[in-house]
Amino acid sequence: MVNDGFDKFKGSHDYVTSEALRNAVNVAIALKRPLLVRGEPGTGKTLLAHSIAKGLEKSLIVWNIKSTTKAQEGLYVYDTVQRLNDSRFGDKDISDIRQYIKLGKLGEAFVSKEEIVLLIDEVDKADLEFPNDLLNELDEMSFYIPETGETVVATHRPIVVITSNAEKELPDAFLRRCIFHYIEFPDPTLMEEIVKVHFPDIKDKLLHQALATFYSLRKIDDFRKKPSTSELIDWIRVLIASSTPYEAIPTEIPFAGTLLKKETDYAYFVNTFMKKKQTTKTVDSYETPR
Amino acid sequence: MFTEFFYTLRERKVPVSITEWMTLMEALSRGYISSLNDFYYLARAILVKSEAYFDHYDVAFQEYFKGIKAPPEISEQILNWLKDPFNRIFLTEEERALLDIMDLDELLKELEKRLREQTEQHDRGAYWIGRGGTSPFGHSGQHPAGFRIGGAGGGRSAIQIAEQRQFRNYRHDLTLDIRQIEVALKGLRQLNRTGPEDELDLDKTIDATAKNAGDIELIWRRSRKNKVKLLLLMDVGGSMDPFVHLCSLLFSAAHRSTHFKDFQYYYFHNCIYDYVYKDIERRDAISTNHLLHTMEQDYKVILVGDAWMAPSELNSVYGAVYYYERNYKPGIARLKQIADHFSHCVWLNPESPNYWNEPTVLMIRKIFPMFELTIEGLQKAVKKLIVKR
Repeated sequence: MVNDGFDKFKGSHDYVTSEALRNAVNVAIALKRPLLVRGEPGTGKTLLAHSIAKGLEKSLIVWNIKSTTKAQEGLYVYDTVQRLNDSRFGDKDISDIRQYIKLGKLGEAFVSKEEIVLLIDEVDKADLEFPNDLLNELDEMSFYIPETGETVVATHRPIVVITSNAEKELPDAFLRRCIFHYIEFPDPTLMEEIVKVHFPDIKDKLLHQALATFYSLRKIDDFRKKPSTSELIDWIRVLIASSTPYEAIPTEIPFAGTLLKKETDYAYFVNTFMKKKQTTKTVDSYETPR
Repeated sequence: MFTEFFYTLRERKVPVSITEWMTLMEALSRGYISSLNDFYYLARAILVKSEAYFDHYDVAFQEYFKGIKAPPEISEQILNWLKDPFNRIFLTEEERALLDIMDLDELLKELEKRLREQTEQHDRGAYWIGRGGTSPFGHSGQHPAGFRIGGAGGGRSAIQIAEQRQFRNYRHDLTLDIRQIEVALKGLRQLNRTGPEDELDLDKTIDATAKNAGDIELIWRRSRKNKVKLLLLMDVGGSMDPFVHLCSLLFSAAHRSTHFKDFQYYYFHNCIYDYVYKDIERRDAISTNHLLHTMEQDYKVILVGDAWMAPSELNSVYGAVYYYERNYKPGIARLKQIADHFSHCVWLNPESPNYWNEPTVLMIRKIFPMFELTIEGLQKAVKKLIVKR
């Protein structure tokens, strides 16, 4: 009963996915709709797009949205100032406008000769109206450049992945057109798999102690920013590199600065758990607590 | 197909639109799903656009699909399905040929026999039902003709997943809880960008001037400084205690992160009379008149309380419960004073709207717009506060 075109995405070897996520990606590809991914920071939204590109063996175009980004920038930019400058000082031929039209990321995705994956990263950073401005172009996969009179049409429909940090609400009209997936924070089993992908040779005891400590830290509600997946990976890397004995991990929680990024959180942690005077150097894992 | 599901979803407050439903129908007609599990995830990805509604979706899903049989009992149904010649269209050429080799009835009898014999999960064999093997039963295996049983990842049925309701905490309509403070904080961010457009945007001005062939064209923008001033008045004592701690946490955290231009908070009991208090024990008093004289109108006022008291406390002179608070002005007159003086006020009520028909609550609702103390209510209240008069 499974259609031939469906079930293309199975995850890649360096990115662990859940069934729901694979389903959502395949639906988005099959129905030719953009995939909107939301989740806590550090849960792997951007990596997902890289993984999709790798898994489907297509190239990836990344458009990082800033708070100042406008929809027009994604389509094309007409460099008027350069043209003015060339006409007055340079000796280039300025009659051909095409030289001064630079395609933005979306435009690049459209003119690409083969099917590619387009990642629009952190779309909620921009203005509230930004997603709405892109609606028409995403639907029809084409846009018009008045300066040259040409219409850029996508030869192959790119696979669009949009990530959002849930800072702002996205407009309804935009949401209607997307397939939505929320990346939850991984549970311990999935987290173990993720860590094993990054560190295939990690010792079991170290892994279990690190995970147990990590999840117990996450339970503390007083932290302003709870440690996330990427911080866990960094922390384990440090633990391995420093050859910390696995018994020391839950009792002393060495290198806590890798996990807790906010000053208030780290201060709270030091005062509550270490009962030592607050210093700026990292806690030496061989010192016994007083 | 499943039209009733659409209406069940809407009843459970999931904002599904017809266009999204049509997309789902399109996906179904293309035959993308082979189990209820797939349908669960497919419908969720297409219809639900915010994790706040994932729990509502789970509830609606349970309601609509309850009574679906668990996989081991469907052997009968498999047989019937396979017998129907119409369904053979879905199989490929090779599969059809293979089916003819193995007699269906034989296969089914084998399946039932092994279901009875097998007591635990088994992988990579040739006889038992399991994964990755050459037995004709199970999945991810090598047998050319066989029945797929279960699925990757432990094969939990969609109903069980929906029953777990793992997204309960993401809902926006539960009373504010410490875990949701962060989400609620994001709602308060809207109180951020206000103020007139009085800063010159240099880059845009240059851009616009250049596009204008040298004629100066000025572009303005709002400065990012937070001009919002917030006054928080909280009801303390008795039933309000658990909520007070939460509110003060919420707003102090908001103040630390978004840095309101000015943020003040005071306490009162049941209603505002001649004094408000700087501390929860209500020893350090500030006269309400002083507050009204020293704070300008453009403070945004948020009152938090259950608005529940004896009508005399609200309406009578000397109505205040505590003997030492002899108030000459009835509480309701004070509230009206506040509403008149400050341009934007809202009242947040931790009680559910079912209790808002009490006489004092009704009276207070006439003076202040009242919202529930949930994330949704908070968002609505904030919208009310930033609207221009």
